[in-house]
Amino acid sequence: MSRRLVNIVLIVILLGVAIWVDIPKEQPLKIGDFSRPGNLQLGLDLQGGLQVLLEADVAADAVVDAGQLETARQILENRANGLGVSEVVFQVAGDRRIMGEFPGLKNPEEVVATLKETGQLEFVDLGDEYLPDGTVLKTEQNTSAAPADPQASAEPTLTTEETIVKTVEAGRTAVAQGTLVVPDAEATPQPADATATPEKVYKTVMTGDKIKSISVTTDALGKYVVDFELKDDGTAIFADYTSKNVGKFLAIVLDKKIVSAPRVESAITEGRGQISGGQNGFSYEEANNLAITLRYGSLPIPLKVVETRVVGPTLGQDSLNKSILAGLIGFLLVILFMTIYYRLPGAIAILAIISYAVITLAVYKLIPVTLTLPGIAGFLLSTGGALDANILIFERLKEELRAGRTLKQAMDISWKRAWPSIRDSNIATLITSAILFWFGSAFGASMVKGFALTLALGVAISLFSAIVITRTYLGLAVDGLKITKTARWYGA
Amino acid sequence: MLNILGKRYLFFALSLVLIVPGLIVMAVMGLPLAIDFTGGLLLEVKFDTIAAPAPADVIQLYEELGITNTNVQTSGDNILIIRSSFVDDDTRASIISAMTERFGAEPVVLRFDSVGPTIGQEVTSRAGLAVAVAALGVILYITFAFRGIPHAFRYGVCAIIAMLHDGLVVLSISAIGGHFFGWQIDSLFLTALLTVIGFSVQDKIVVFDRIRENSAIFRKLDFEKLANHSIVQTLQRSINTQLMTSEFMLLALALFGGVTLREFAIILLVGLFMGTYSSIFIAAPFLVVWEKREWKTWFKGSKTASA
Repeated sequence: MSRRLVNIVLIVILLGVAIWVDIPKEQPLKIGDFSRPGNLQLGLDLQGGLQVLLEADVAADAVVDAGQLETARQILENRANGLGVSEVVFQVAGDRRIMGEFPGLKNPEEVVATLKETGQLEFVDLGDEYLPDGTVLKTEQNTSAAPADPQASAEPTLTTEETIVKTVEAGRTAVAQGTLVVPDAEATPQPADATATPEKVYKTVMTGDKIKSISVTTDALGKYVVDFELKDDGTAIFADYTSKNVGKFLAIVLDKKIVSAPRVESAITEGRGQISGGQNGFSYEEANNLAITLRYGSLPIPLKVVETRVVGPTLGQDSLNKSILAGLIGFLLVILFMTIYYRLPGAIAILAIISYAVITLAVYKLIPVTLTLPGIAGFLLSTGGALDANILIFERLKEELRAGRTLKQAMDISWKRAWPSIRDSNIATLITSAILFWFGSAFGASMVKGFALTLALGVAISLFSAIVITRTYLGLAVDGLKITKTARWYGA
Repeated sequence: MLNILGKRYLFFALSLVLIVPGLIVMAVMGLPLAIDFTGGLLLEVKFDTIAAPAPADVIQLYEELGITNTNVQTSGDNILIIRSSFVDDDTRASIISAMTERFGAEPVVLRFDSVGPTIGQEVTSRAGLAVAVAALGVILYITFAFRGIPHAFRYGVCAIIAMLHDGLVVLSISAIGGHFFGWQIDSLFLTALLTVIGFSVQDKIVVFDRIRENSAIFRKLDFEKLANHSIVQTLQRSINTQLMTSEFMLLALALFGGVTLREFAIILLVGLFMGTYSSIFIAAPFLVVWEKREWKTWFKGSKTASA
């Protein structure tokens, strides 16, 4: 009796907390440092949006450093927040990919294009040669900005070396392997400069990591420009270079593409500068995107888009409405069946299932689980599974009653006998869920993962529901209603 | 008492009738693999203001954009489902505007998926691995669950035969569905298949569990009678747990749950039903066949597969 009392208290507290968590709230749930959104999170397939899978753009067999991948993820998230895209989530998926989810985005393609820019800014010495905006050139910097592990940037390094060899041949200079060899346009003027442009490797004066702060302003003509301030060492390099190269061209290059190539008018010693949009000027968006890209640093690894999935908002809403309807209809059918077929225990099982659903939803919110369509299917399926456990017990109960045992004996025995099959079959489902989760996690298949997660959680909670909740409820009902002698109430 | 096991060859034949046609369709026409596995582009658009353009016009537009292997499927409500090979980001971004310009109305994008070919290959190989790991996990688990009883190995093998049976029925149904209703084998299908495999074992365990329990009680009884008795005892429970609960939910999802989940729900519905069916009509009968070593008489003409 006292054990049942403990169970009752436990269930009441649990349900109270769960209901409190379940109620949709405007404010996030907050307990100390622990904070969760106030509403259940819906997946992209339910609210519409874009899912994009980015992959490290390196040789297929190159190993991508996990730290770099995490840094890239962080930078992407910062950039997205800087762009004002709300609720965007980036997750590392497997060992060379990052998955981004953008719920309800209007212009997904543009946003992704901005986000995936490597964002390496270089100040490149063009010497006396002017190159128009948008020219793609090779510089002595790797595509990879950070002191990258050579494996990760295998491809870009190769290209650079190849180019160096070619230039060396042209310049007929003997070079020791591994030294930086860039023909300085000034020192070794080459007549074939114009035609050789694509093959030439330009000298990088400084990279974007020397920038201290950045902001978008307008210049004297009212055009948008990006102002930057350099760190101390950057200021020194910049002052040194500009004082020696007055009248020469200094290109501002983003990801190997010239943004603008102004002429150095005078020495710049105060460590400040401005990037203008070249001949056409920047729109506000362009200036702002550039500022955001620079502010959060360059990606340690180049990324490319390998998969995108867009769900229109209408389809999402439609799916949500229909699956809720389907869930309700299914649940109604189950209630009918359970009460008609199993009578009192059936009705109690329904109460147990409702408790189960309340607790499960609370768990979804606390973890938090993002609910997708397959996730809903997983939830419904595990609800069925939770009922299965109840039915296994009730069928045993009927058998024991028919065998002439008293109700109390029958209840005890049926719980004991049904337990091994309940346990075994649920373990089998948990194994399946684990495999599904693993299958879905490596390439960001959030649909598969969502299903596996809700199924596994459902199975775990349903065990608790069948063993603790149903048993307590049934015990209460039997004692409370004093119907211990009428086997008919139990469908036997 | 119902004599289920006596008619075992009838049930084996019935299963073959379910499996073989699908396998033939699969062998002749292949499986309708979605872009999840092959890589490519899937665009589902709806035209609100005008009638949807003819498939041939869409294919022509795609060709002008340099996109190959275009295949257009029409659906009710002015919806077009366009599949093609994978293209770069810029081309992909230009499709909608090109359509708007050509057809004079901006289509509403319901779904726009693009999967790179390398991802497709990886999904495929990982899918194969997932199925293999699932099967292995199940074998290990059954061996563990039945470790204490004689012939544990038999139970394991019969459960796996029945599991293969369930998987084959699902594959067969999908191959047929693919060619008659335009279903696609995508990662959701695979999820359904793996779930069916997992749940299939669950049912076998309950039935085998009862046989195990009864064989301790009725030591003298002939194995066929014992197994039949066990099946009949659990029949009620099997029908009620599987059919009346999970299947109710799935049926509701299949009927009212919207397009996205329909195939998924139908496959789970059929697959889970098969899981229950095969534990009674395949797994247990195979145990009896094994116990009696009936294969010795198979080729003597006394008993045929259609008996």
